[in-house]
Amino acid sequence: MYKEMIKKYRLFIIAAIATIVLYLINKEVGLRAIGMTSYSFKEMFTVLPPVFLLLGLLDVWVPRELMIQFMGEKAGLKGILLAFFLGSAAAGPLYGAFPVAAVLMKKGARFSNVMIFIGAWSTTKIPMLLFEMASLGKTFALTRLLVDIPGIIIIALLIEKLMKKEEIEQIYINASKM
Amino acid sequence: MNAFLMYGLSIGLLGVSYFKDKKKTKMAVKKGWKSFLNILPQMLGIVTMVGFIFAFFNAETISRLVGNESGWLGVLLSAIVGAITLIPGFVAFPTAALVLQNGGGYMQIGAFVSALMMVGIMTAPLEIKYFGKKMTIIRNTLAFLFSFVVALVIGMVMS
Repeated sequence: MYKEMIKKYRLFIIAAIATIVLYLINKEVGLRAIGMTSYSFKEMFTVLPPVFLLLGLLDVWVPRELMIQFMGEKAGLKGILLAFFLGSAAAGPLYGAFPVAAVLMKKGARFSNVMIFIGAWSTTKIPMLLFEMASLGKTFALTRLLVDIPGIIIIALLIEKLMKKEEIEQIYINASKM
Repeated sequence: MNAFLMYGLSIGLLGVSYFKDKKKTKMAVKKGWKSFLNILPQMLGIVTMVGFIFAFFNAETISRLVGNESGWLGVLLSAIVGAITLIPGFVAFPTAALVLQNGGGYMQIGAFVSALMMVGIMTAPLEIKYFGKKMTIIRNTLAFLFSFVVALVIGMVMS
């Protein structure tokens, strides 16, 4: 039991010890690490709970047929747009997107649409865009957005092309067990 | 701001769900909680490790790497730094603005921001857990290459 817990959390334990050692060696650098980590912890525990709540509701309430109709193999443009919308409306760091993507796959969303969802989550989130405009200017942020939208679609389609059918199937089987 | 919206939305939907079917709602909460626990150990580890690494990267260090004259080598370096680090946007954008003020180039910043958001070396273990090794490598490689496209376009538009 204890052994299993330690194994599961070993990366965390190692990183935490490294941070403490860093603090003991150099207070200033150590404090910067602690500041960054606590910021990320705060982000994790404030932003992510609603994401997981929505994920649970999605899993329970959205029937497979509906997901296939809107994001499945034959959903076409509708699926692409919905994937962009879901990803852009989200909040939270990229790793929050993976469990949601698993539910989408479990419900029968097309693989390239799931990839578009991940791409959108990573880079076209609306509040982030506003923040980017404020920090780096409108031209910078909008240029990046305009390059990113086709980029995300091309990357998604390329991934789908480069993966073998059986490999994608394996990912879907894996997702249904998550 | 967005977090508030997400809370409002999820709590509202939870209420509707509870009103319609208590049993299903319980199941939804359980499923969400299970997914959270599933991801938690690695998430804690990654976040702590990233904090540790971030301590060595500040605006001045990055500026030195990615000055306006650093050219494509600077673009490459910025993309690598962006790929490795995992900084939330609310820290990354002001840092990038600071780097610009300290003499960083637009192309390099474009590569940095793009790689930062789309490439996740640190989160790769988590991505592998959900998507397997091959897909994780393909996605991150493509996203890394794409950050050079972004750099090129940003460089053309901003100069």
